[in-house]
Amino acid sequence: MSYNFKETMNKPERLAPGHRMCAGCGGTIAVRNVLRGLHEGDRAVIGNATGCLEVSTFMYPYTAWEDSYIHNAFENAGATLSGVEAAYNVLKKKGKIDDTYKFIAFGGDGGTYDIGFQSLSGAMERNHDLVYVCYDNGAYMNTGIQRSSATPMYADTTTTPVGNVSVGKQQNRKDLTAIIAEHYVPYAAQTTFVQNFKDLHIKAEKAIYTKGAAFLNVMSPCPRGWRYPTEDIMEICKLAVETNYWPLFEVVEGEWILNYEPKKKLPIEDFLRKQGRFKHLFKKENEHLIEVYQKEVDRRWDDLVKRCI
Amino acid sequence: MAKRERLSGNEAAAIALRQINPDVFPAFPITPSTEIPEYFSKFVADGLVDTEFIPVESEHSSMSAALGAEAAGARSLTATSSCGMALMWEELYVAASDRLPLMLALVNRALSGPININCDHSDSMGARDAGWIQLYAESNQEVYDNFVMAYRIAEHKDVRLPIMVCQDGFITSHAVQNMELLEDEEVKNFVGEYEPEHYLLNSKESMAVGPYGVSNYYMESKYAQVVAMENAKKVAVDVMNEFSKMSGRQYGLFEEYRLEDAEYAIVLIGSAAGTAKDAIDRFREEGKKVGLLKIRFFRPFPGEEIAKALSKVKAIGLMDRAESFSTQGGPVGSETLAALHRAGNTAKTIEYMYGLGGRDIKVEDFWKVFDELEEATETGNNPSGYRYIGLRE
Repeated sequence: MSYNFKETMNKPERLAPGHRMCAGCGGTIAVRNVLRGLHEGDRAVIGNATGCLEVSTFMYPYTAWEDSYIHNAFENAGATLSGVEAAYNVLKKKGKIDDTYKFIAFGGDGGTYDIGFQSLSGAMERNHDLVYVCYDNGAYMNTGIQRSSATPMYADTTTTPVGNVSVGKQQNRKDLTAIIAEHYVPYAAQTTFVQNFKDLHIKAEKAIYTKGAAFLNVMSPCPRGWRYPTEDIMEICKLAVETNYWPLFEVVEGEWILNYEPKKKLPIEDFLRKQGRFKHLFKKENEHLIEVYQKEVDRRWDDLVKRCI
Repeated sequence: MAKRERLSGNEAAAIALRQINPDVFPAFPITPSTEIPEYFSKFVADGLVDTEFIPVESEHSSMSAALGAEAAGARSLTATSSCGMALMWEELYVAASDRLPLMLALVNRALSGPININCDHSDSMGARDAGWIQLYAESNQEVYDNFVMAYRIAEHKDVRLPIMVCQDGFITSHAVQNMELLEDEEVKNFVGEYEPEHYLLNSKESMAVGPYGVSNYYMESKYAQVVAMENAKKVAVDVMNEFSKMSGRQYGLFEEYRLEDAEYAIVLIGSAAGTAKDAIDRFREEGKKVGLLKIRFFRPFPGEEIAKALSKVKAIGLMDRAESFSTQGGPVGSETLAALHRAGNTAKTIEYMYGLGGRDIKVEDFWKVFDELEEATETGNNPSGYRYIGLRE
């Protein structure tokens, strides 16, 4: 698949403006750019787990979605789209549909890593011909920034608040991309908003046009939850990749591929310092926590590199 | 030409489904409904149906996938019992609100706890306010016939509501009875093609399903469901009349058994009606004027019609197979009482609970009910409290 930035960016928008997502929302950036992976002329049915994206883009009687769209509940975007895809197969077989449809589910990390995990795992294992896209902003942002299993260690959230005896979330984050890859699906990848979106655009197209189940994990910063000025989003994404916090990789038919290795890895504090949710780590008494953090990032990077040989 | 067969209720359901040839069937096993997807999977494996069978990882997902498929434009269903239905609870409401006429083959089983695999109606009765049409059966024949009629009622343009086709766990689902099957072509023609007006995979228009409905719209959407449920009454009657012409078997919203001149009546749902009819026949031989009203549709609830049918009786036993913990009886009791009150019917009533978790109900139990109704009438005392039948001392 050859990639042309201009062509990709000039495709018609499939998420119309006028929706109610926050200014600078990473989730919306993820959606608009994933949908650029669709070939013109191909139709799509979008599935959506309950969350910011759903309540802000389909408030009756308005929808921002140009394609057919179904929101069902919080924990079942995988199963719901499984049903849609099965319907497509049978109606196609019966000669009731001529068009080519692609199936793309969007869920935040709450609907994907946590409450929708079983439904997602089932859809992946059954290898439905669909793509599940997680816009991972690392907390339950829709309900007001509560921790999820995607929330990074030490983050200050409303259910892991920093206090006199607490330094934020105590646990490490779940590596969902690896877990889905271990389902041995045809395609699993993670990406974010770097390199002028080239990595995201290429992976979205691959995920959409891979036959069978595909998973795309897109780190999608949330300015409200991460507490940074909205205009810093691209810088934060870049730092996530350059510190190895959010490595770019893909797993194609079981083969692990590292898509990018920083020439000079930056220290994790460069990523953390930009965000209000980690502010407490930069107090004198908490400096040792940044060392712990760095060790965890390095351990995970080493594990990934080993897998990618 | 009708074919005579000996089948269990689950076999009868599966055969009806083969004849209907639905588009998508996601399912997850749970006793006693498991056989329905099992039999059906074999039909899929043998190429007897066009259906996409999806062996999902839970009941929440089976209802979610069925909902997605139905929204996409495919005739779909799932099957479950008891805790399986409890797990899909949230989805029941969504399916009804989305106005998707999918089917749930429900084999009634007690809800945990304690865990129990046998029949009562606590699963479907708990979901009575979910917005689904609920259709119940006494016999395997009725199970089969209800399946053949269900989609016609649910999919009607004035209705467009999901439908729960219920049967009693083990009592009909596993017991084998003589019955008559319709020809495949007859069923196919009767049920017809599913042609939704709006659906996700419609090449002529995009469609969005499952909106955020703020206070400005939510109440209107609920009222629209009420109107559809009200419409379902007439549509159901029409479909049942049409079915009668094809099969020779006439059904109604409820069945009246020897009720015409009855002084004492019982009201109940499901397979216990068979035993009740036997008890009534034997009491009638002794000259006692007793009868039965067997509810087939609990949703929509034919309250006005039921009150009319019971307008001449002196006392009524309202018998439930699902506890509601109101301490005043079960759902059949409270809803029938409300209908009687609205109609100005002042017949004495006693509310009974029977058959929970598969507890057997016998002919003698019904005799006792009729005796108690007679006693309450003759003494003129208002019966107090509601009563458990067959409770261990």
